[in-house]
Amino acid sequence: MPAGAAQRSFRARLGGGAGDRRTELFLRALAVGTLVLIAAMVVTVFVEAWPSFEANGLAWFGSGGDADLQLKAMYENVALPGHSLLYFRAWPLIWGTIVTTVPAVLIALIGSTLAAICLTEFAPEPIRRTIEPIVRLLAGVPSVVYGLVAILALAPFIEKSFISNGRKQSVIYVVQLGGENLTLAIVVLAVMITPIMVALIAGALASVPSAWKEGSAALGVNRWRTIVRVSLHTARPAIAAATVLATARALGEAIMLAMVAGSRGFAANPLDGLTFFYEPVRPLAATLFQEADGLTIGALGHTLYAIGAVLLVSATLLSFAGWAAKQPLKRYGIRT
Amino acid sequence: MSPVKPIRRIAVDREPNVVEPAPGANGGGAAATAARPSASARLRAARPAVGDVRERMKVESVWLAYGENWVVRDVSLPVRQGEVLALIGASGSGKTTLLRSLNRLTEITAGGARAGAITLDGEEIHELEVNTLRRRVSMVFQQPNPFPMSIYDNVAYSLAEQSPPRGRRRRRHNAEIDHAVRDALTRAGLYDEVAGDLDRSALRLSGGQQQRLCIARALAAKPEVLLLDEPCSALDPISTATIEDLIVGLRESVAIVIVTHNLQQAFRVADHVAFMHLGELVEYGPAEQVFDRPAAQRTREYIGGAFG
Amino acid sequence: MAASGIAATPPGSPPSSPPGPASPPPGLRVIAPPRQGTRSWPLIDRLGYWACWAAGISLCAIAIAIVVYMFVQGLSALSLHLLVTSPAATLQQSQSGGFLDPLEGTFVITAVGIAIAAPLGVAIAVWLSEYGNDSPLARAVESAIEMIAGVPSVVLAIFGLLVFSQSFLGFLSESTSSGNATGKSFLTAGAIMALLALPLVVAATREGLAQLPGRMREASFGLGKTRATTIRHVLLPSVRSNVAEGVVLGMGRIIGDTAIIVILLGGTLKTEPAGNVPVLGLLRGTGSTLTNYVYYNSPAGEGNSHEKAYAAAFVLMIIVLVLNFAVVRIAAGRRRSDDIGGSWWRLAGGRGLIRTLRPAQEPRT
Repeated sequence: MPAGAAQRSFRARLGGGAGDRRTELFLRALAVGTLVLIAAMVVTVFVEAWPSFEANGLAWFGSGGDADLQLKAMYENVALPGHSLLYFRAWPLIWGTIVTTVPAVLIALIGSTLAAICLTEFAPEPIRRTIEPIVRLLAGVPSVVYGLVAILALAPFIEKSFISNGRKQSVIYVVQLGGENLTLAIVVLAVMITPIMVALIAGALASVPSAWKEGSAALGVNRWRTIVRVSLHTARPAIAAATVLATARALGEAIMLAMVAGSRGFAANPLDGLTFFYEPVRPLAATLFQEADGLTIGALGHTLYAIGAVLLVSATLLSFAGWAAKQPLKRYGIRT
Repeated sequence: MSPVKPIRRIAVDREPNVVEPAPGANGGGAAATAARPSASARLRAARPAVGDVRERMKVESVWLAYGENWVVRDVSLPVRQGEVLALIGASGSGKTTLLRSLNRLTEITAGGARAGAITLDGEEIHELEVNTLRRRVSMVFQQPNPFPMSIYDNVAYSLAEQSPPRGRRRRRHNAEIDHAVRDALTRAGLYDEVAGDLDRSALRLSGGQQQRLCIARALAAKPEVLLLDEPCSALDPISTATIEDLIVGLRESVAIVIVTHNLQQAFRVADHVAFMHLGELVEYGPAEQVFDRPAAQRTREYIGGAFG
Repeated sequence: MAASGIAATPPGSPPSSPPGPASPPPGLRVIAPPRQGTRSWPLIDRLGYWACWAAGISLCAIAIAIVVYMFVQGLSALSLHLLVTSPAATLQQSQSGGFLDPLEGTFVITAVGIAIAAPLGVAIAVWLSEYGNDSPLARAVESAIEMIAGVPSVVLAIFGLLVFSQSFLGFLSESTSSGNATGKSFLTAGAIMALLALPLVVAATREGLAQLPGRMREASFGLGKTRATTIRHVLLPSVRSNVAEGVVLGMGRIIGDTAIIVILLGGTLKTEPAGNVPVLGLLRGTGSTLTNYVYYNSPAGEGNSHEKAYAAAFVLMIIVLVLNFAVVRIAAGRRRSDDIGGSWWRLAGGRGLIRTLRPAQEPRT
């Protein structure tokens, strides 16, 4: 097997010619063009976002006032008293994002890993065969459908069963409680991202070489420990990839959360005890989606692009984190 | 044209020829016959003597089935510490199945039924807890299969009681485990080569080293019996020789059963040889006797290369 | 060895049925294989085992519940009438119109998106795989594509709006009365949808190209063919099924997206072409898609006609089913030594979304 460099020069010598040159230039132009387009997208988003960051400074990420009111003010082009038109404090929205995404990903991660182990190792073949297409179907269902089912079937149920009048009264001066709230958001988000995680993790578990599992059994290690210490160990890159993928999807989920999370730019207060889970939230992507009409209006536009910039940066950081998580694993010959 | 004569059924040797080894007999009796290459004979002569030999496992009238068919029929053998037992025979003779039944690995792969008794130190293995049994009777497979972990973690695998800590690089500072790992690697003849960096990935070792790592891994729990399923068939001659020397050296502390296709190898390492054919035990005896003066016609044919 | 005995017997043909008794004598106890029990495991291991089963059963239960619920609700609301009538704007929503236009819109958007993404994706994949050769430029392109795969679609949508509402791009969409381009049309939405599908096509094609043996290329070069010809006549035909798979996965992603539609396709439920030129007018016009329609008719939108929303959602699910089926067929049709049991998990999982775009590490031999 020739080494990479030798192979490259070998090919370079062979594959030349005018037609080849033209093709290469054309393809390169397309690739570079796409790169430029994507770079331009990033740059434009930041350029449009800059006025909002400039006006608010780092306090953009902090809290101060009602985010919904601030956005409304910008929409109507009437500044709130005592502040500039660009005044904006995104913390309630950021908190909404954190408090929906993190629990959902954690639940999905643990649930998917356990379910994937069950499906690949313990479940009998006929069960696996029937569940596979169903999970596949669920992985492809559009998020608007999840939102529809949640809002029509689950929300009333939650409102009836868990939100008593007493609870409503306790926070009535700040916010109204309804079926669309944090709990529903976390549950539906977790259900939405689980199929894809199960798919990735089960795939990795199924491709652990049986020689390792047999070797482990022959050493007197029981099946569960074999799964944990050999199969899960080998599947770590897939678990990392699945988590990154799921988090990215949860972070960017706009439409379903817009339907289901309550849409109130209010920082849910953990000190409220259990009521915390029934308060409405408004994650960043959902906000962006709902206010998108105002993109052409000056101040609102800048603020929305600022939100978009934050989402863009988080997605990139996430991707990088996924890559970084896999690096140490290459050392032991685990295929990433 | 004379009609093809069917191979005669071996009517004679249904009973194993058990010859009690005389003390020190392992080193002697190595006078090579004209048909035996003198190199192998010299190797046999050079083997270190073993103190005392005691019986570890006993296989009594065992029948093993794969689904409907009985693939091992009425086999009785002793497995002794202090000697190497080689199972030889053509493919399909049931020798690998018999080997795997010794540590109940057949339950995973074959799910087969069994008749007869297999005992380890007097206890029927079916009544022992299966994982405890497998720690006492360890196995090394044909293809080296080290786990995708560091060398240290591979050897310590069956020793650790709970899952290893997160940090791969950090060695567990458990002196007992450290000592056991070093001991196992030394017994497997690998310690000198890898002592420099035990945290290296096991997959980076050469084939022969990986197989020795698997042997070390199997030895880590200090088993009483070591089962080897054609351990050298995937290796080059130098690695093979190293491992054969290893086996001969280990036999004093561990009872060894080796399945091999390679008759020369069987002659080099074995003290007792059991020849199986189509599930039946055709002949069992000391290596010199089976190779030089086989009592059964079928054995003669196999050793002479008539089939296999 | 005793030659005479051997020469007399035919070599290598032992009798087919072994001699001797066929089964153990009745005195001997036959032990059936014991069931793989967990009774002997330590408590922690058993807890883990039960937790796994609990998770597995819950997964199955929830999955089946969702699917059954959707099918039941959707089927009961669906009627042929809905499929072939356009939405009508009346006060009695439940009486009026169906979702023909949204259905049309879904097809148009997908067509536009794939028409852009497929050739572009294959071109980029070919460049990365055959010409790029790990240069910094190639790495940059790779990272850009991977980044796109992870960006939320809302962000892509707002970017699209920004770009396409520039007046020099006004030809792609309608102009408002004040002369500014709205930036909302099938074309603009489709163009941004292409960005959604692009990483999937690129990843699938690259994986296919990487798995082609190097001797294929060397054989072609050895015959004096240029690389361009090799690509066109040897390599691309071999990765047809990979490209198809990527395209179908991309289609799935396009069909399922709502945010881009809402932001970039304008607010009309019916398809409103801009101008009278037949195809171009349609493309420059606005309309809706099934996802848009579901949102509109749900309590979150204005229509508040739940049955129609369910019906449209049901149609969406059928489309997803068909696409999934197509992906499996394409992959199974490929002659590969993949174990089919593991292959679906591999296919559906995030191919090209955040996963590394560098396909399997096998070196080209």
